[in-house]
Order: sequence, then structure tokens, then C-alpha cells
Amino acid sequence: MTKASSIAAKTKEIVKKHGKDKSALIAVLQDIQESFNYLPKDALKTAGKALGVPFSRVYEVATFYTAFSLKPRGEHIVKICMGTACHVRGAAAIQDKMERTLCIKPGETTPDNKFSLETVNCVGACALGPVVVIDTEYHGQMTMNKVDKVIGKFKGEGE
Amino acid sequence: MIKIQNAQVLHQIQEDLKRSYDPNQKIITICAGTGCRGYGCIKVKDALEAELSKHNLNVEIRATGCFGFCEKGPLVVIYPEKIFYQQVKVNDVKDIVEKTVAKGEILEKLLYRDPNTKETVLKEEDVPFYKKQLRLVFGSNGIIDPTRIESYITIGGYSALAKALTEMNPEGIINEIKKASLRGRGGGGFQAGTKWEGCRKAHGSPKYIIANGDEGDPGAYMDRSLMEGNPHSIVEGMIIGAYAIGASHGYIYVRNEYPLAVIHLTMAIESAREAGLLGKNILGSGFDFDISINKGGGAFVCGESSALFASIEGRAGEPRAKYVHAVEKGLWDKPTVLNNVETWANVPLIINNGADWYASIGTEKSKGTKIFSLVGKINNTGLVEVPMGMTLREIIYDIGGGIPNGRKFKAVQTGGPSGGCIPESLLDLPVDFDKLYEVGSMMGSGGMIVMDDRSCMVDVAKYFLSFLQEESCGKCVPCREGIRRMREILEDICAGKGQEGDIELLEKIATGVADGSLCALGSSAPNPVLSTLRYFRDEYDAHIKEHRCPAGVCKALITYSIDAGKCTGCTLCSKVCPVQAISGEKKKAHTIDNDKCTRCGACFESCKFDAINVK
Repeated sequence: MTKASSIAAKTKEIVKKHGKDKSALIAVLQDIQESFNYLPKDALKTAGKALGVPFSRVYEVATFYTAFSLKPRGEHIVKICMGTACHVRGAAAIQDKMERTLCIKPGETTPDNKFSLETVNCVGACALGPVVVIDTEYHGQMTMNKVDKVIGKFKGEGE
Repeated sequence: MIKIQNAQVLHQIQEDLKRSYDPNQKIITICAGTGCRGYGCIKVKDALEAELSKHNLNVEIRATGCFGFCEKGPLVVIYPEKIFYQQVKVNDVKDIVEKTVAKGEILEKLLYRDPNTKETVLKEEDVPFYKKQLRLVFGSNGIIDPTRIESYITIGGYSALAKALTEMNPEGIINEIKKASLRGRGGGGFQAGTKWEGCRKAHGSPKYIIANGDEGDPGAYMDRSLMEGNPHSIVEGMIIGAYAIGASHGYIYVRNEYPLAVIHLTMAIESAREAGLLGKNILGSGFDFDISINKGGGAFVCGESSALFASIEGRAGEPRAKYVHAVEKGLWDKPTVLNNVETWANVPLIINNGADWYASIGTEKSKGTKIFSLVGKINNTGLVEVPMGMTLREIIYDIGGGIPNGRKFKAVQTGGPSGGCIPESLLDLPVDFDKLYEVGSMMGSGGMIVMDDRSCMVDVAKYFLSFLQEESCGKCVPCREGIRRMREILEDICAGKGQEGDIELLEKIATGVADGSLCALGSSAPNPVLSTLRYFRDEYDAHIKEHRCPAGVCKALITYSIDAGKCTGCTLCSKVCPVQAISGEKKKAHTIDNDKCTRCGACFESCKFDAINVK
């Protein structure tokens, strides 16, 4: 099976699970992103056709919600919490430091596809602020000093 | 769980469950809310299980929802003595099992120590953080296992539903909610009973109800903790509401960032369905109702009702003008009631205990309790539930334990990005919907972000406007362009490029944005600017006229320097400096080259001798 046809097959399966219901578009896109780590163009086209939603509307929804990514994302997603509690506890400095350490800006992925950097509005773990969430793991009471250590742990994988 | 045929059977099951419960039984509860999970509580739970089985001790370990005292997590309570252990680590587990569980010995080092009296506190309810709270909605969180419906039924769960279906009619329920004067906990503070009545009377079917769990306000997480820790209380409230309104289907709209809440709500709905509490012919009453869950896509504006409807309908979450109310034409243009999850969780309480009891709590126009998330520069970060009308001072100092590191309180920000900053002079303000509005802020969903003298109020206003500009859906011009322009002016002020007349311009744009925007996101967006201008104008003036940031936050207006008297020449700062701006010989005072310095603050953070000054 080619890559495009396997994407289409998986997408059709997802649409079927949601009962081909137009209102399930967001849920379908969420499942597609979970399967592929981003929203491949072929998947969006297939989903639109299968749900009877014009491609323009699919694109509108895919770009409106910040949870969706049209670009492939890295192996590890680094999310910096920018909630108010984290902000007053110095999240901006953590973001600066993280950008320097990974050499990318939020929304970008490292050239080796290891890390994607994102900022999120609040992860609701304010006692731990400033918080950085890597994949599903919470790293609380972050300091600039801790950024290198935490990222270093992930870089060291498999070496 | 077997299918419960009618209210009598439910009552019987409840009695049986209560009877089988031995009050002297040893149970260990461990907080498994998202905060404590961040501290590693699951590892502690696993270690406890392993240690108990090693000693052949038959003790139930119950992973519960959030206890609220997030500052001191992971939290463990040992019943029946109610011994409260805080900041428990895997290394402590052996002692807990061998000493406390097996022999009843208390581990002093794990008890909460009052920072003022230096005395340890044994029980949860005696910890100052909990003492002044009234945990009506949130209290069960630390007791029940949110993944088991039996756990909720044991503490009297679903008896309000049974009462509503067998002893009350829909109008009676609505009257009770109106009499209790339950106001929406999501922000607006609108009378829930009035909404319900409007929807019941509206023409059109089917009718829908929605629980708004799209808790977008940064720094607020009480809704998540309810959804994670006590999902059945929300489900029960929704079924009662649906019966009163005549709705056939309900939705719970959960924020994208809350995966655990989705899991627990899904389990709750499935088990309620299995037990005959959702679906066809609920408790043999002939009433049909079911609930589904929608996950948000990470858009703040979807907390707004009409945007939320669009999102459930599978479209981009853009609000619409609301000349026709949602109770007439809401989701799919059908009559719809949308309430926040905390509002729904209050409903079973009112039905069980009566409107008079509920209305006896709180202030004249704000009844009941409210859960606040007390965060920021505060000693006891956590979720607190207090009766309406408690003063800010009591919440921040008596419950919150004041400001860390002996610093000075500056402001408390309430109401999320659309709220305002309240200064020290108003600390004795009793907190309720109307009082907060009077001082230029609002209740919002209940976020309370405490700021100290190192928080710059211009920076905070800029932060909120940046947030709102990102989150503005872009549909209407005043919001899209107005917020952007205000943010640009604030950025200039923070960058030292502020000019005479900027403040007046900000005020002028604020009026336009507030009056001209389509939805509440835009119309309340100027609040952070207006409230900081109202109470902290001197800080704006310092930025504009003196090019100075009094709090030492705005990078363009500060300089770092080294106090030669305090510097020991340990060289740590020069090592962490990313631009090699710090120089000096070992064991001699260092200096910072201000032309090279990027004001990243790395040296300030690393210095162990407090030798770095910010001005």
C-alpha cells in the first residue's frame, strides 16, 4: 500500500467510527492527529469527502483550533505553560531558555525531528509553576538551569 | 453495577453499601489529580501497593480526585484516623506502611507544619488551609473513587435525582433552583433557574443541555478537578436539569488539555448508563436522557456559548450575535441551556437539602459557595471552596497563607483574561458576583492570581491582551483590530517607547472595543487594561515618563548589576550567562557588561548569594 492510500484507509476507518456524521468533524480530526501526530493533507481530503464537508470547511476547522497541526511534529512535544500563574512566576524566561536550548521557536520542530516546541495557555497545574509538559510528563518548578537537564535526559535516549 | 429499576431499589442499594462500609476500616486515600500526578503521586501509589502486599496488609488504597492543597502534593490521608501526610515521596512509603499503617505511629516529618506556630497538624480538617473553607461541592473529591459509581452512590449520590424524579415535577425543580438563587459559575453569573424556565417554555424540540467544561481562563482549574474527581455530581446535576427543562440529550464540552477529565467523565457516563441512570426510562420514571462528550480543540473563545455551539456542530468556533437567546435557539437552533460544570454540580446539593438551606449560605445576591483557584505568588497554591462573601484578605492570608518569601502583596487578578486586578486597598472586599464587578473585575470562572511587588502591572495587562489577541476569532473588527492596537501600545510602553497620550489612547480604544465587539471576549477584553490603569496608573507613568519598570520585569527598562560586596566570585553566573556578558576573576567580584547583556535573568536565578541587583 502506498503512503497516501494507507492514510486514506486509516482516515476512512476513523470517519466510519464516528458514524459519518458531519458534526463529528472535529472529533475525526482529533483522531487523525492522534494516529499520524499531525493532519496530513490526504487525510483531510479523504475525511472531507467521506463526511460530505467541503475541503474549504475542513481547512477552516483544521486551522482555527490550535490543537491541530498541519505540519509533522517531532518525536517529543515540549509544551511550555503560559498560564497567568506560570507567567507571574517567570514562564517567559523559561520560554527564552527553551528556545535557546532547542534552537527553535514555538510552532517549530528541530531538524532531527526529535522535539517540537509549543506554548499552551494553561495546563492547570499552577502549584507546579512554571510548568513544562514533555509528551505527558509534567516538569514543575522549572528554572532556566533545569531546562538543560530535562532536555538532556531526552537527548540521551538510546545513546 | 446492576441496572437500577426505580428509586426504591437505588435507596436499597445505598443502604446496603452504607451498611457494608465499616467506619473503622483502614483506607489510604491518595490524591491523583493532575497536580499531584505532576509531583509523581502514581509512583507513590504503586509503591504503597507493593509495600502493603509485601507485609500482607489488606488495606484499600483509593486514588481520588484533587484534594485542593496542590502546594503540598502528593497528599495521602490514612483513615479512619484521618492522618494527613503531605509531600509524600516514594522513599517515605516504607515508613508509612511499617510504622503508621501497621503500628499506628505518626511520622512527624510528613505532617503539615504551620509556618507561623511551627507546630505540626495531624488531621486534614485542622490544617489552616482547609479550616476556613466550606467544601460543599468539592469536599467529596478527596473521599470517593471517581472511577467507581458505587463510591459516589455510597455517599448519597443520585439520591437527588431519585427525589427529583419521584417527588418533584419539572416546574417544582425550576422553582427550587430559582428560590436557591443559583447563579452561573462560568463567568456571567446569570440566574440558572431563569435560564431553565426560559428553555422549558421555549417552543421547539428536541431541547438540549450542555455542561461547559471548556475552562479556558489561564490559572483556573477547578472545573477540571471536579470533572476528574467527582464526575457523577455533574452527570447527576445534568439529568435533573434535563428533566426539569424537558431536554433529551446533553453534551459535556471538555477542554482539549484535560485528558484525564475525559477519561473519568466517559467512565461515569458509561457506568451511569449501565445502572439505568442514563438512557431510556431513567429509574423507571419514563424519562429518557443521554449524554455525550465533546472534546474542544484548544480555542479559548469556545467557552463563549454560541462559539461552543458552533464547535459541537463541527464548525470553527465563531460566536454569533445573540439577539435571539440560546434558550430559544441554541445548539442546532434548538432551545438549549448551557451551564458551567460547577453550576451543574451545585444542583444535586440544592435538590437534596432544599433551596432555603442553600440560600442561607452566601451574600444577599450571591448564594452558596464558590471554588476559587488560588495561584501565583501565594504560599498555599490550591483550590479553595468558600461561602460567597468571604473577604479577599481571608482567602489570601488565612487560607492561602500569604505571599512567599516575605514579599509584599501587590494585586490579585480575578475573572480570567477578561477580569481585572484588585489592589491592596480593596483586600477587605467581600467576594461575590456583584462586588467584584463594582471594583472593575469579575468572578469569571474563579481564578485568583496573586501578584507581589515583583509583578509589573503593565506587563500583566500586556500579557492578557496578547492572550486575547491570539484567541480572538477574528470575526468582528473592534475585537480583532482593537485588541491588537492596544497590545501594540502596551508593548511600546514596556519597551520604553511609551509616549505622552498613550494612556488616553488606550482608554479611547478600550471604549470602542467594549462597545463594538460581538461577544463577551471582545467586550470584556479591555478590563485588564482599564483595571490596571484605575489602580496602578503610577506604574504606567513610571514606564512612560521615567523609562523605569518599578517591578524590575520589563527587559528594556531594567539593568542587572553585581553587588561587589556580596559577590564571592564563585563564577556560577558567568557560566550560565548565554552571551558571555559577565566577567571577573575567580574569588573576586564579577561585573556585567550591559551592552552585551540580554536581560535573560539566568545570572539572577543562579546566584546563591543574592548579589545580583535588578533595577
